[in-house]
Amino acid sequence: MMNSDSNIVFETRGLSKVYDMGEVQVHALRGVDLDLYESELVVLLGASGSGKSTLVNILGGLDTASEGSVLYRGKDLTRAADRELTEYRRHYVGFVFQFYNLIPSLTAAENVAIVTEIAQDPMTPLEALELVGLGDRANHFPSQLSGGQQQRVAIARAIAKRPSVLLCDEPTGALDSETGIIVLEALQRVNQELGTTTVIITHNVVQGEMAERIIDLKDGRITNIQQNEHKKAPHELKW
Amino acid sequence: MKAIDIKMLRDLLNMRGQVMAIAFVIIAGVSVYVTMTSVGNTLQETLDTYYTEFAFADGFASVRRAPESLAERLRDVPGVNQVETRVSASVNLEIPGFNDPAMGQIVSVPEGNQPVLNRLFIREGRLVEPGRENEVILNEAFSEAHDLGPGDELTAIISGRRRTLTVVAIALSPEFLYQVQPGMLFPDPERFGIMWMGERALAAAYDMEGAFNDVSFTLAPNAVAEDVIDRMDLLLRPYGGEGAYPQADQPSHSLITDELDQLQAMAVMLPLIILAVAAFLLNIVVSRLISLQREQIAILKAFGYSNLAVGMHYIKMVLVIALASAAVGTVLGVWMGGAMSEMYLEYFKFPYLEYTLGWTVIVTAVVLTAGASLAGAVVAVRRALRLPPAEAMRPAPPPSFRPTILERLGLQRLFDQPTRIILRNLERQWVKAALTVVGISSSCAILIMGLFWGDVFDHIIRVQYGIAQREDITVTFVEPTSVSAIYELNSLPGVYYAEPFRSVPVRLQNEYRSHDTAIEGIPPEPYLRRTLDADLQPIPIPPEGLVLSQNLAEILNVRPGDEVRVEVMEGRRYERDVPVVGLTEQYLGLGAYMNLEAANRLSGVGDAISGAFLMIDEQYEDELTQALQNRPRIASIVSQDRAIAGFMDTAAESLLAMTFILSLFAGVIALGVVYNSVRISLSERDRELASMRVLGFTRGEISYILLGEMAILVLLAIPLGFGIGTIMSRLSIEALQTDMYQLPFILGSGTFALAATIVLISALISALLIRRRLNKLDLIGVLKTRE
Repeated sequence: MMNSDSNIVFETRGLSKVYDMGEVQVHALRGVDLDLYESELVVLLGASGSGKSTLVNILGGLDTASEGSVLYRGKDLTRAADRELTEYRRHYVGFVFQFYNLIPSLTAAENVAIVTEIAQDPMTPLEALELVGLGDRANHFPSQLSGGQQQRVAIARAIAKRPSVLLCDEPTGALDSETGIIVLEALQRVNQELGTTTVIITHNVVQGEMAERIIDLKDGRITNIQQNEHKKAPHELKW
Repeated sequence: MKAIDIKMLRDLLNMRGQVMAIAFVIIAGVSVYVTMTSVGNTLQETLDTYYTEFAFADGFASVRRAPESLAERLRDVPGVNQVETRVSASVNLEIPGFNDPAMGQIVSVPEGNQPVLNRLFIREGRLVEPGRENEVILNEAFSEAHDLGPGDELTAIISGRRRTLTVVAIALSPEFLYQVQPGMLFPDPERFGIMWMGERALAAAYDMEGAFNDVSFTLAPNAVAEDVIDRMDLLLRPYGGEGAYPQADQPSHSLITDELDQLQAMAVMLPLIILAVAAFLLNIVVSRLISLQREQIAILKAFGYSNLAVGMHYIKMVLVIALASAAVGTVLGVWMGGAMSEMYLEYFKFPYLEYTLGWTVIVTAVVLTAGASLAGAVVAVRRALRLPPAEAMRPAPPPSFRPTILERLGLQRLFDQPTRIILRNLERQWVKAALTVVGISSSCAILIMGLFWGDVFDHIIRVQYGIAQREDITVTFVEPTSVSAIYELNSLPGVYYAEPFRSVPVRLQNEYRSHDTAIEGIPPEPYLRRTLDADLQPIPIPPEGLVLSQNLAEILNVRPGDEVRVEVMEGRRYERDVPVVGLTEQYLGLGAYMNLEAANRLSGVGDAISGAFLMIDEQYEDELTQALQNRPRIASIVSQDRAIAGFMDTAAESLLAMTFILSLFAGVIALGVVYNSVRISLSERDRELASMRVLGFTRGEISYILLGEMAILVLLAIPLGFGIGTIMSRLSIEALQTDMYQLPFILGSGTFALAATIVLISALISALLIRRRLNKLDLIGVLKTRE
């Protein structure tokens, strides 16, 4: 295997998460041990409720674990203060969500700018948009863009600060397969050109074929990790 | 501009309806504050400079006739700085083309020179010259009322002789900002004017050569006014001194001070209430905005915006609303303040009035507004920041509902589904509902606070001029006159009835408290001038003892049964202890009443009367006035209508103008609160309402759910507003009590009805605006998008 301990990005041990939903307790994660490596593209597969979003949220510093530890390049995120998590997200993490979550009152370029303005060494909003093939839509508002275009703006927004990890929660979940593939192509291109460690959550098994590793989650536990020897390009995928 | 600031501006633009509703409330508060405070400061500063520049005296006294040599002794009184003696006389005037009785007070000035104290501001013309006997300087208010200027002539009856006087100048004096005829409560520039005449000419006419009957003085630094006045009184008493008084009791000065106090009371209370409402509105609007933007907040935080940065984003939004409104409010306030100052300039007759807007006023307005707005928004912003981003990104869980108390009591059969929705919603969001009720009720309360003055003034006029003082005309004689004069008055054309009175100038004392006034001696069973008990029933005057008006009894701290020391300020100047035998309800002025004969015994002058109250046939009023004017022994003729008009012009007019402004602002507040509350309910529940429409509910039915809730809140708010308004009205009437007005607390049902109507109309307008939005509800769009 080409990966060694020196380029481990994330290292989780015994990671658990319990939500108090009023009168019921939901166990979203039940002891997850996982290592993620520099520059790899990983697909997290699982049915809804399997805990994949919770895992990614904890990796991204959006949420904190109830038990266990997460190390980001050797730094313990579970013990980080809110301010440190904010710094962490600001400089190292890019997010892409299923519902794009663009700010409706800002144009495509402004949606990217809102991130580049607080980042350390960002590309320009236009560069980021060109990377996802939307350079000509910079001055459009979200309501003037199709779903796929909106998702690509969201990707541009996520990668504009040159994050070291890119976390994508069902990035194609709200899209048809044709636009979904365009979005995946954008993600792959970012992964290849910038070397960003990329985690893609999906419940679509086919999308696993573009990953280097495929991780299956069920009921808050990792059930299988599979090394993908025959990586496909997104346009070769069919679903 | 930063992207996050662009977002803020676009968000504001999208919420413009609500932003405007809040802005109007803030503008109202700030403009009232700026107007009142700046006008108050302007008046105070103008007054101070005017008094200093024109050497307004610190104390005054009148005597019957004192030799000029006394002036030196007055100057030697410890604590006295400057002394100036004068001659002052009251005269009847005849003005071409004006048939009503007019009176003048002539004050002497050195020929060719300004007086040392109470200097004149010459608007036009020149000072009186030595050796010209018939030159006068007219006070501006009087000259304007009759369109008289330098070169014009008027006739005065001086010492029983008609003399033609030539106007040489129009002037103003710090002593007569308000020119009130002695014995009257309010100014009437058509019928009473001040004029100045050369010292020699006036002294010659009144046999005052080498003598004076009026003195004004200034105090040395650190002098105690009371001590100086006591010593002066000792010196002046042998010459018929009627008691010296300090600047604070000078009629013009004390009226203007009352006016300033009223302004200051209003300048604080009202803006605070309005700004509190604005804070509440900002709170509910920002809360809702934040809950609508919980995902946007989550995104910002996911990308590394700190809590502080996100918090500042919303705080900035609030500050933009607050500061922009404060700016508009200040501009509006400056404009209204300028206009109001102009009004006061007309009213008080200052030589100049420089409208000044202190930086402190603006800074205070801005700090107050920003403070109130932030107080309203901070809670909402903090709640938003507590959410961890991962949680904020999920749609909010459905709010938990439960059956209401009414339903748990088993009364659910009484309510249909929509009504249950209303009730459960109210119970779940009871804090917001309660605040909404308080907001609407404050507008109702402000309305009552403004409108109730109408009730108060109606009542005062009805009681004071309808029950207590029923005369049409009051005639006073130059000096106490034989009782037989009443028969002569009775025989004049148009006189139905003449009732005599005897006015005895006195100083009333109880321990260290004292008050200078005149005891009015009236018949035992008066028909025209009556004293009233607390139930407004006429009470007879006992054969002995004093009946005091409530507020005079309070000033002297006496009750019926106590005795007061009465120092008679005329004739042989007896001092006696007289028992207080009753109290009378009197709203305007301070009164002391006594049996006519007892009053005469007190003064020691014998059977005499000072004047009479007349009931007349109005048809003969002009003729009667003419007849009275031609009698040299008649000093003044005052008609009742004039007194009422004077009262309305002076006190009532400015307060009624205030009522209008208050009503306007209260309407704005009601509109702001109701519109914002319903608008927010609509945005919170558009999905729910659209679903109901899809399920087959009509527009009317879903409007019922949304607007029915508001109707309940409005109906709860009105009685609460009545309560708060009653308390605030009572407080404001207490704040505005002065020696001159003893304002009764009257709140008519008409006021309540009008306040409720204005609130209901504002609510209805808001409801119609919302109803238009409900009709445009996008059924499919609302259901398709994710919360």
